[in-house]
Amino acid sequence: MKQEALQEEHWDHVIESRTSLFDLRLKEVWHYRDLLYLFVRRDFVTVYKQTILGPLWFFIQPILTTITFTIIFGSVAQLSTDGAPKLVFYMAGITLWNYFSTCLTSVAGVFNANAGIFGKVYFPRLIMPLTIVISNLMKFGVQFLMFIIFVLYYYFYKDSIQPNNWILLTPVVICLMAVISMGIGLILSSLTTKYKDLNQLIVFGVQLFMYATPVIYPSSSIPLDYKWVINLNPLVGLFDYMRYAYLGIGQFSTFSLVYPTVFGLGILALGIVFFNKTQRTFMDTV
Amino acid sequence: MSKIVIKAENISKQYRLGLVGTGTVRDDLKRWWYNIRGNEDPFLKIGEANNRAVKGESDYVWSLRDINFEINQGDSIGIIGRNGAGKSTLLKILSQVTQPTTGKIYTKGRIASLLEVGTGFHPEMTGRENIYLNGAILGMRKDEINHKFDEIVAFSGVERYIDTPVKRYSSGMYVRLAFAVAAHLESEILIVDEVLAVGDAEFQKKCLGKMNDVSKGEGRTVLFVSHNMAAVKSLCNKGLVLKNGQVFYEGNAHNAVANYLSGDSESLNHKKFGSEYHNEQFNLEEIFINPKGKTSDEVLDEYQELEFNTKITFKENPERFHLTYVLKDEEGNPLFTFSNVNSGIQFRTGSNHLKCNFPKGFLNIGNYFLDCYIIEDSKKTVFHEPDILNFTIQEGQRDFGAWLGKEPGFIKPVFNWVQV
Repeated sequence: MKQEALQEEHWDHVIESRTSLFDLRLKEVWHYRDLLYLFVRRDFVTVYKQTILGPLWFFIQPILTTITFTIIFGSVAQLSTDGAPKLVFYMAGITLWNYFSTCLTSVAGVFNANAGIFGKVYFPRLIMPLTIVISNLMKFGVQFLMFIIFVLYYYFYKDSIQPNNWILLTPVVICLMAVISMGIGLILSSLTTKYKDLNQLIVFGVQLFMYATPVIYPSSSIPLDYKWVINLNPLVGLFDYMRYAYLGIGQFSTFSLVYPTVFGLGILALGIVFFNKTQRTFMDTV
Repeated sequence: MSKIVIKAENISKQYRLGLVGTGTVRDDLKRWWYNIRGNEDPFLKIGEANNRAVKGESDYVWSLRDINFEINQGDSIGIIGRNGAGKSTLLKILSQVTQPTTGKIYTKGRIASLLEVGTGFHPEMTGRENIYLNGAILGMRKDEINHKFDEIVAFSGVERYIDTPVKRYSSGMYVRLAFAVAAHLESEILIVDEVLAVGDAEFQKKCLGKMNDVSKGEGRTVLFVSHNMAAVKSLCNKGLVLKNGQVFYEGNAHNAVANYLSGDSESLNHKKFGSEYHNEQFNLEEIFINPKGKTSDEVLDEYQELEFNTKITFKENPERFHLTYVLKDEEGNPLFTFSNVNSGIQFRTGSNHLKCNFPKGFLNIGNYFLDCYIIEDSKKTVFHEPDILNFTIQEGQRDFGAWLGKEPGFIKPVFNWVQV
């Protein structure tokens, strides 16, 4: 805070026309942590209240997608699953991908979706994307539970998969998923407020991006020539992890998580800087 | 000496008009290009004062321009001005919803803004849940809300419905609850924008009372934006009048209100016509309304006797014509018709100045429109001009604690009451 003119007086806060790009006010976010909790709670509560089937919808969508994928990609197109049962193979991919894509698109649209409340009252705007990422964990949790049930079934009754100790690292991988989706989402959110056309592009882009990620195919099936391109995708390591830890297929090492971690933290930092710059004046453009 | 809690220095806010989203890439690139060369933003030099009535030449307007003011602790400031004067923009900057284009505001203490009560209320959640959520949005910590919860509920007067989803609330209850949360926020500075429009008389009184306590009793600072001059006068000790984005007057509340209202004389109480209403039979020259004994520059308020004046020149056969007015409310519904036809007053050849008197307190506060007809031989309309005049009846001075809103209806005649 610059105070050259009023040095002798102490001011609690200065509203300025220009603020540093790196004045992120993260301390303020911490002060508003109760709000984050209450927003997440609101999302939980209202999901149950609004529909008859409530959280059941969380199951229906991934089940139908899994079945479709199993039939289309597994049986019709006969893509390899590296020998794992098709159902759990696709489920592993879809569960993780759903979380990523919902977070990304919701975070990218955060300004438009909350224009009403943002235009009326000030609170650290970063609370909203954080709410999205955390609230979506609930949906993810339900789907993940379903995945675990299938894994247990195949493990105990079919003995066709080999989960291993790597599954203990699941929370870390989920965190990375959250970090990467939020980071990219934040960058996009600041662009969409200015250039509305991007909204269309994001929906479309996320769909395309799914095919550049080993969601419906194992990364082992990628031709060697293209491997380096695919490896630029930070999500590859995370999907490989899911298959390796829970199904015992493919290749995975701790090193596979290093790139997503570095990428995730970098993109999140960049995203927060972008987001912070946008939130100051977005009300004038939205 | 009292302590300054808000100090604004050269606050300006520029907006871009028109379709936002077209051409912004080009302007952005230009801005960026100037920026990297260390030059000033080229778009800050252009732009014009914000006068919504005049079509400007530039797409960029200054919603606020070089606003400076200081506010002392414990003051309650009424911010007044016409629509588009920059009141809301100023409040938005103060409550950090948006950033000023230039300038700085120094503040002391927590600012709570009530730009719209009930922001963030979720209709599916109960009153209780919404109190917590709304409180947190306004910046309260959870234990702070716990501590004040009972007080908030008691103030709102909706105890019975506290565990009912707010979508079942009446709009009055909704506002009560929302105001209650905001009013109990322990902030040093409270910003309030037009909350009195809703709620019944009892609650309005409670809100104003609370705001009065807040500023006078607890030494907190209140910034109050309203179009209700009666509320501003009874609640505020200081006034800030904004006009076209600039500070027009700053000082005590009564003077500010008077200043604002007199600066409003371009309101359409008076219309002089050129040759637009001239024809072979007559020239309609002037229509104006003034409070009795005053000029038409004065504000019309509910306690005054009003005079409707018409100046018209007739060339021949003036006795065959008469004048009829239709008074309409702001939605265009006709309220009543008045005319000189059976009044015994006839037009003369040459110039005429007809005056029609409305008794004291006849018209209620509000906006009115006047349609003008000139009728020949009591049957044929020879002239008809809808909305020829548009005028506003303002609230007069009221006692503190009295209901400040508008009573239903458009007329409030004083009848003869007798005790039998």
